[in-house]
Amino acid sequence: MTLAILNIDWQTLADAIALGSIYALMAVGIGLVFGVLRLVNFAYGQLVMAGAFALALASEWGWPVWAGIALCFASVLVLSVLIDRLVFRPLRSQSPAVMLVATFAVAFLLQSVALLWFGSLGRIASSLSYLNRPVTISGVDIRKITIVAVAVAALCLVALSALLERTTVGLHMRASSMDFQTARMLGVRANRVIGVAVLLSGALAAVVAVMLTVQTPLVTPDFALRDTIIVLAGVVLGGMNRPIPATLGGFAIGFATGLLGGALPTNQSQYVPAFVFGAVIVVLLVRPGGLFTRRQAVERV
Amino acid sequence: MRRLLGLQELVGPVVLVVGVAVLGAVVSTSNASYFTDALVKVAIVVALYLFIGNSGVLSFGHISFVAVGAWTAGVLSVPASEKPAIMPNLAHVLRDRTTGNLTSLLLAAVVGGICALLVGLPLMRLSGLAAGIATFGVLEITHNLLRYEESVGPGLNTFSSVPETTTLRQAALGALVVIVVAFAYARSRFGRLLRATREDAAAARAVGTSVYRQRLIAFTISGLLAGLAGGLYVHLLPVNTESVYLDLTFITLAMLVVGGATSLWGAVVGALAVSALDSYLAVAENGTSLFGWHFDLPAGTRVIVVGVLMATVLILRPSGLTGGREFRIWPRPS
Repeated sequence: MTLAILNIDWQTLADAIALGSIYALMAVGIGLVFGVLRLVNFAYGQLVMAGAFALALASEWGWPVWAGIALCFASVLVLSVLIDRLVFRPLRSQSPAVMLVATFAVAFLLQSVALLWFGSLGRIASSLSYLNRPVTISGVDIRKITIVAVAVAALCLVALSALLERTTVGLHMRASSMDFQTARMLGVRANRVIGVAVLLSGALAAVVAVMLTVQTPLVTPDFALRDTIIVLAGVVLGGMNRPIPATLGGFAIGFATGLLGGALPTNQSQYVPAFVFGAVIVVLLVRPGGLFTRRQAVERV
Repeated sequence: MRRLLGLQELVGPVVLVVGVAVLGAVVSTSNASYFTDALVKVAIVVALYLFIGNSGVLSFGHISFVAVGAWTAGVLSVPASEKPAIMPNLAHVLRDRTTGNLTSLLLAAVVGGICALLVGLPLMRLSGLAAGIATFGVLEITHNLLRYEESVGPGLNTFSSVPETTTLRQAALGALVVIVVAFAYARSRFGRLLRATREDAAAARAVGTSVYRQRLIAFTISGLLAGLAGGLYVHLLPVNTESVYLDLTFITLAMLVVGGATSLWGAVVGALAVSALDSYLAVAENGTSLFGWHFDLPAGTRVIVVGVLMATVLILRPSGLTGGREFRIWPRPS
């Protein structure tokens, strides 16, 4: 059973949707911090990597699944707060370009710490691997993780938008990403808003870590590095300033890379990154606000 | 007199580079490669400085010009008899031609410059974060294409059999050429105009400077020098796509930031200081003794130390070790 055009089967389509959902979560994580700090976090993938290593260690120690996930959340949250306190907070007054270089440094730092602790061969996180088994829905085999990923991503996004729309701190965050100075003058506490954004972004990184380790159980120090680079491209494509365009951008790029990677023969699909980044450059040049934003006086990213 | 006093800014970088070359020549041959490597890094970092330092625009993409230069020089100087073995799918035009060392370096520079010009034509309209991300995209695209395009190079394989002509002397000469070009550029009309756009783009525009054109000129020259440095690099050690990618981007940016991005002196000092630290740690990873205490540093310590150093400098001294000032013996004539 295949889609006639492009020769895409349902399995590939389902996997592409799952990848898109996971990337959408990463995009939100990157977009939240960008909104309040104007900081493009290159080190986001290393947060995911840390969470993945926590899961791998937990499964090696024979911990139950819930304890492994708890360890994953705890380590990612602690790490993201630490990075914020030690690096981002002292640099907050610097230009976005300086902060970009700093996150680049943090990313390499964390990666080499992981290399030092765990070696380049990596560890295996196997405790959730039963989710990789397929279920058959009307003749099509779909892996359980595909369904779980889509459901969890949808749930996270709904919860997040409820938080942003319905709570005071959400209002503060939206105000801060519009105009941080004015928001502060109106009584929004900078550190609190940034703290919440960092924590939420960390929690999303932990969720992503859980899902990605199911898909690729082998956790190496460069785990999620490529994904982060692609998601960053997606966030720029969608539009960095607002959560929804950023999410759409993340989803679109995950869906597109998943689909193209599955559908094209290898000698063409290997050029997908070049194509994706070419698109990013074109978007930056012609629509600096992103594809999914309304055309208006937006700040150039 | 004023002109002469200006030349002193060249003295510091030149003396430092010559000093490192001489030092490299007197130490044992097993360690000389660290000095040669440091000098090639000086060439790369000074090329980075020419654009980033003078324009104040971030570029993650310069290593792609290093890569393009390395590919050009590498493909052209592998002996014709060995080309089919290393690069079986090479285009016919490249298969039968082999050039000498100097020609390959010059062509590397030319190709690097042309690539930078082509990339710069659309990209130099961007600044700040957008420039950072777009140039990062350039790095990704170059890496992706060189990795799979086997008609222009070895693809996933390593450039073996490139004559290792980048000796200590050649690396030092290369670094000096790059330094002199960067110095001459910074003191030229173009360099001054570009720095004016860095300090205040609106004011520079108001007096009739085209920010776009000045950035494009600097980007092209900078790509040219980066291509030359890439040529030196491929003649130094066997290069593959991974050795001219994220790691090299990170370490060279770290060098520039640590030294001080806005001065030639800073670029040279940063490149040599971080190289020295990095090489010391590389030796220490294989066992060393300090004050009679013997220890082996675990593999991977180098990047951690350099990363911590870079973050610390960014936080405590954002303008770098040299404070972003040029080397001066006498104070600026007032």
